[in-house]
Amino acid sequence: MNSSTELKELFIAQFQSFENTLNGEKELPMHQIRKDAIKKFSALNFPSVKDEEWKYTNINPLLSKNFRPADSIPEIDPEFVNKYLFDKKEFITLVFINGYFSKEFSEIDSLPEGLILETISEAIKNHPDLVLNYFSKTASTEKNIFTALNTAFADHGTFVSIEENAVIEKPIQILYVTKADDIFVSPRNLFLVSKNAQVKIIETYAGFGDRSYFTNQVTEFIVNDNAVVEHVRIQDEQLNAFHISTLSVDLEKASNFSSYNINFGGSLVRNNVNTKFNGGFAECRLNGLYVTQGSQFVDNHTSIDHAKANCLSNELYKGILNDTSRGVFNGKVFVRQDAQKTNAYQQNKNILLSNDAIVNTKPQLEIFADDVKCSHGATVGQLDKDQLFYLKARGIQEKEAKAILIYAFASDVVHSISMTQVRDHLEALLAEKLL
Amino acid sequence: MIEIKNLHANIDGREILKGINLTVNKGEVHAIMGPNGSGKSTLAQVIAGREDYEVTQGEILFNGKNLLELSTEARACEGIFLAFQYPVEIPGVSNTTLLKNALNSIRKYRGEEELDAMEFLTLVKKKMSLVELSEDLLRRSVNEGFSGGEKKRNEIFQMAVLQPKLAILDETDSGLDIDALRIVANGVTKLKSPENATIVVTHYQRLLNYIVPDFVHVLYNGKIIKSGDKSLALELEDKGYDWVIEEAAELV
Ligand SMILES: Nc1ncnc2c1ncn2[C@@H]1O[C@H](COP(=O)(O)OP(=O)(O)O)[C@@H](O)[C@H]1O
Ligand SMILES: [Mg+2]
Repeated sequence: MNSSTELKELFIAQFQSFENTLNGEKELPMHQIRKDAIKKFSALNFPSVKDEEWKYTNINPLLSKNFRPADSIPEIDPEFVNKYLFDKKEFITLVFINGYFSKEFSEIDSLPEGLILETISEAIKNHPDLVLNYFSKTASTEKNIFTALNTAFADHGTFVSIEENAVIEKPIQILYVTKADDIFVSPRNLFLVSKNAQVKIIETYAGFGDRSYFTNQVTEFIVNDNAVVEHVRIQDEQLNAFHISTLSVDLEKASNFSSYNINFGGSLVRNNVNTKFNGGFAECRLNGLYVTQGSQFVDNHTSIDHAKANCLSNELYKGILNDTSRGVFNGKVFVRQDAQKTNAYQQNKNILLSNDAIVNTKPQLEIFADDVKCSHGATVGQLDKDQLFYLKARGIQEKEAKAILIYAFASDVVHSISMTQVRDHLEALLAEKLL
Repeated sequence: MIEIKNLHANIDGREILKGINLTVNKGEVHAIMGPNGSGKSTLAQVIAGREDYEVTQGEILFNGKNLLELSTEARACEGIFLAFQYPVEIPGVSNTTLLKNALNSIRKYRGEEELDAMEFLTLVKKKMSLVELSEDLLRRSVNEGFSGGEKKRNEIFQMAVLQPKLAILDETDSGLDIDALRIVANGVTKLKSPENATIVVTHYQRLLNYIVPDFVHVLYNGKIIKSGDKSLALELEDKGYDWVIEEAAELV
């Protein structure tokens, strides 16, 4: 068992080795950001359950591990990768294995006009001004030690920039696969969507192998005026993996952002989703699903900052928890004094499939404006016995009947995903977990 | 087909069925009548396998098999179908999902091939016309937003698709206007064959004008207190239940 300080020292030492591999890059302004981040990291402490934001989420199991940075691409079964990939003719596909871009599995030839799509390390070299203008601005390293750690090691990940008025028809799928081999990976994404542009992005996180690993991930999104974004995040890590993520979204005037945060895997998972309205008349939909079994622990912390007037947020997170698994939902909605005519709706609904599953749910509304429409609520229940009996009385086996009802419960989280292939994939993953 | 012997059942420790004896052979239609709260639905649900009820005594044989040992779904696969008095709404589950899963599960149980999408659709469309339901029902969620009459017709539609050996219709006539009643009754009549049997639970005689019973039983306070032929239903319609109840009391 490490003490929290020992672990920090370990990461800092690893940062120094990482630095030495960077050679010429060390002189680039980007590296200054990394160095600042490792400083922040060393000044911050790993959270404990005494921190209000980590009250239910004990990260000691993570702190007790000695993970080293991934340093090579492992052998991988193509079938495992393909299981998570959509049709490469219809999707722009990027695959990273242990954080390294895999040309073999990716398909990024003939990109449409108006789209820059590169690995983050290439983008740092090719478009330094663009990257530096936004990088590490939306996701702050000030308070979040994991974001600081990710930023320090930021080398692997994806940069997307959509130019003004460009509508990217093909969705972009980014798959991060990690071999469970006592390593940590720090995928870092920066997505810039210019005025009037439209894009659909799917991020998938998966792992294979028997040992443990740690995905420490950050995605930053800048959604400019009138832009429309659909973002799906599928987390299907190995059941012995650690996964900590932050999705930070800045929404400008009249933009429209839909998020689907789907979680199946991980032994200890913490997702932070932070969205902020920087302009009026924007809309944000946060949809979430967590399906847990065994002793999984999945924590979703979301916040929506209505800093400007006339915006709409609609949040629906649903949990399906089996065995001794545990879920945490904490959803904050701030409506600031000037944010009149805000509409903010938030719901968290849970189904417990066993007596030993637990969910801690805390929807929070903090309203400082007076002319607003807001609601929030949380429910925790079981499968409906009458519905289950009805299905069984029609000859459907108990397991299938339960799966049908669970899928129905989950379906209003995912039914508005516009990409049929993605919906079908999620349905298949859900069936795999349930049957 | 089904033999119920001295069946006793409790809910929450309270005895509801107090010694039911009933034998139904294939090709027969039996009507079970009786005032509200007599235990008619309880009997129907116990046969279907509802776990909330505790069977304390007696047995049920279905084509020679001990029914009480089978799960709800196995009973359905053996050929028991309950048309619910209050069909439950299942938002998010389409009628197609329900029927396809049910039909294929039953076929699998019987060692038959599952139907593919085309075969299924052909079958379902044919059966829909029987109860005059329109095809858009298939995509709708099970019973969600259905009127009372639609729910009852949907039950008969499901029965038509699943083709049970024993159908138990629990108050399928209540809440139906005369047209809907005729549609439902026609559907049931068309599905009748010398190979299957029907138990019609009702407290009105009017359905029995369409579905003519071979036997009529009066269930009261958890027991069958009188049995007769179809003329008993007419007599009950005419004179109510009191005289049967009194008659039974005298016998004790
Ligand atoms: N789920 C239940 N919980 C408690 N009591 C019940 C339940 N179902 C039925 N009962 C009771 O059992 C008795 C018989 O009910 P039921 O079988 O519905 O009668 P019927 O269908 O003949 O009107 C009634 O007294 C009713 O209150
Ligand atoms: Mg009843």
